[in-house]
Amino acid sequence: MKDDAAPSVPTTAVPFDPGALGALMPMHLHVSPTGHVLSVGPTLAKLRPNETLVGQRFLELFEVKRPMHIHQFGDLLNHGSCLIRTKFRTGHRLGLKGLFVPLAAQHPLLPDRRRSGAARPVLRPNPQTVADPQPAFSGALINLSLGVNVVEAVQRYSLSSADFAPADPTVDMLYLIEAKSVALEESKRLNARLEGARVEAETQAYTDTLTGLQNRRSMDSLLHQLERSGEPFGLMHLDLDYFKQVNDTFGHGAGDYVLKRVSAVLQDETRASDLVARVGGDEFVLVFRGCVNLTILEGIALRIITRLEEPIAYNGHQCRISASIGTTLSSFYQIPAADRMLHDADQALYKSKDRGRARHTVFDPEQRDARS
Amino acid sequence: MYGLVHRALQCFSQDTYGDVVWNKVVAEAGVQVHEYEAMLFYPDHHLDDVLLALSNHLDKTPAQVSEDVGAYLVTHQRMEAVRRLLRFGGATFEEFVLSLDELHDRVKLALPELDLPELEVEAHSGSSFSVLVKSEHHRFGAVLLGILRAMADDFGTLVMLDLGRSTQGSDDVERATIELFETDFATGRGFGLVAEESGR
Repeated sequence: MKDDAAPSVPTTAVPFDPGALGALMPMHLHVSPTGHVLSVGPTLAKLRPNETLVGQRFLELFEVKRPMHIHQFGDLLNHGSCLIRTKFRTGHRLGLKGLFVPLAAQHPLLPDRRRSGAARPVLRPNPQTVADPQPAFSGALINLSLGVNVVEAVQRYSLSSADFAPADPTVDMLYLIEAKSVALEESKRLNARLEGARVEAETQAYTDTLTGLQNRRSMDSLLHQLERSGEPFGLMHLDLDYFKQVNDTFGHGAGDYVLKRVSAVLQDETRASDLVARVGGDEFVLVFRGCVNLTILEGIALRIITRLEEPIAYNGHQCRISASIGTTLSSFYQIPAADRMLHDADQALYKSKDRGRARHTVFDPEQRDARS
Repeated sequence: MYGLVHRALQCFSQDTYGDVVWNKVVAEAGVQVHEYEAMLFYPDHHLDDVLLALSNHLDKTPAQVSEDVGAYLVTHQRMEAVRRLLRFGGATFEEFVLSLDELHDRVKLALPELDLPELEVEAHSGSSFSVLVKSEHHRFGAVLLGILRAMADDFGTLVMLDLGRSTQGSDDVERATIELFETDFATGRGFGLVAEESGR
């Protein structure tokens, strides 16, 4: 070695007691130059509880995936220090990875990852320095690790923290995996709850998603407000005629399109301060704040019916509908109650239907008084 | 602080005393939250308010309740995750106590924003230790005492515990003292590095 950057040759080799070697590297294998296992780390031994690994041939126990083309142990020795990927040949074929270091070389050179892109990715020991008189320092040392298979291996072989070297962060990694899963579970739970809340909020919202009109909840809220304030108002209940035929003949797409057109007409014919709510499939309620003038309301109702009777073109079809309307006024009542008024507007609506549809009927307070 | 801590108090209250008590306690504390979410943040003062309301309701001191919370974290089935994470500290109760030094950093690795108090372990002899609690939240010492008591049971170790105060520099800190009597007093509960999946 003439290169100045080369590591200096160790002047004293460190003799290792097998116990100490096992404590430092609980998953090591010491293999003789002939490829026979001389000693095994205690944790690696636990992975083959019913077998004695010592004395067996390394390549008969393990299939070497990397480096490639290893047919005999000499191939590995010639390869020099290298990353090794391997699997047990029999039983549960757990994958392992680690470092292979020939001991016979005076200074086995470690693979330098920084140079992996260079022309010489792996440094080899100098074959001329192979002779080592001490048998303990011949052959090779392989330090293996469970890598990403650690969770599975810990479970299958009941490993405990004592099976990992204190310098090995595996146990900390297991701790982290577990802590992160707990946090993830909590996050998932939170997401599920938020999703539930979102769905609930949507149903509680005040708008109808199809037409953008207000919904029944919004109508209830306004009527109760008017009930409390005593502000006069007109209440119209509108039900589309022949809408079912449109749906049945041209499909729901046509039905949805018609509903959007209807809502546009209703909004067009009312003031911004009025409320237009879709309260059912083809049912609408209109609340005219501060308006108890029947002439005006009658005019609006007839205009709405006329406009809704204009054919609506959808995909080359002409959708024809109309509307029946029933109206009542808060001034008809001594104490206007929302429920009562909705009921009465509904009665008037059904009178419109009875009279042949496409009509507007004003609720007759005397009829109710006569009945009650 | 992370709702994880608030939620621990909530689960303790609900699992030990029922939903009715919990609802009364949050109303009494005036915190406007019935269900704490572990992964959201809530004001620190909620903890004190709820703890105080719960203590009043149970006619116990806040320290007593805090200690019960600590024991609950280790022993209740619903908090098995906490016990498991604590058991990573070591194979014996003694190792576990010595590992409390690292708890703060360990937790920080998993949940950087949780900010648990730093603990400093002093070993006086092979069987006598004290744990200093470096926290502005003065209740944590009592919670730690509950955790230590329950973990000693978990390992089957007989111990005597005490909570006092001591000064460290200019700070007045809580100090939990631990006397170990018998390490194999009873059979502890098991622990595997990887949790067994239910249904196996």
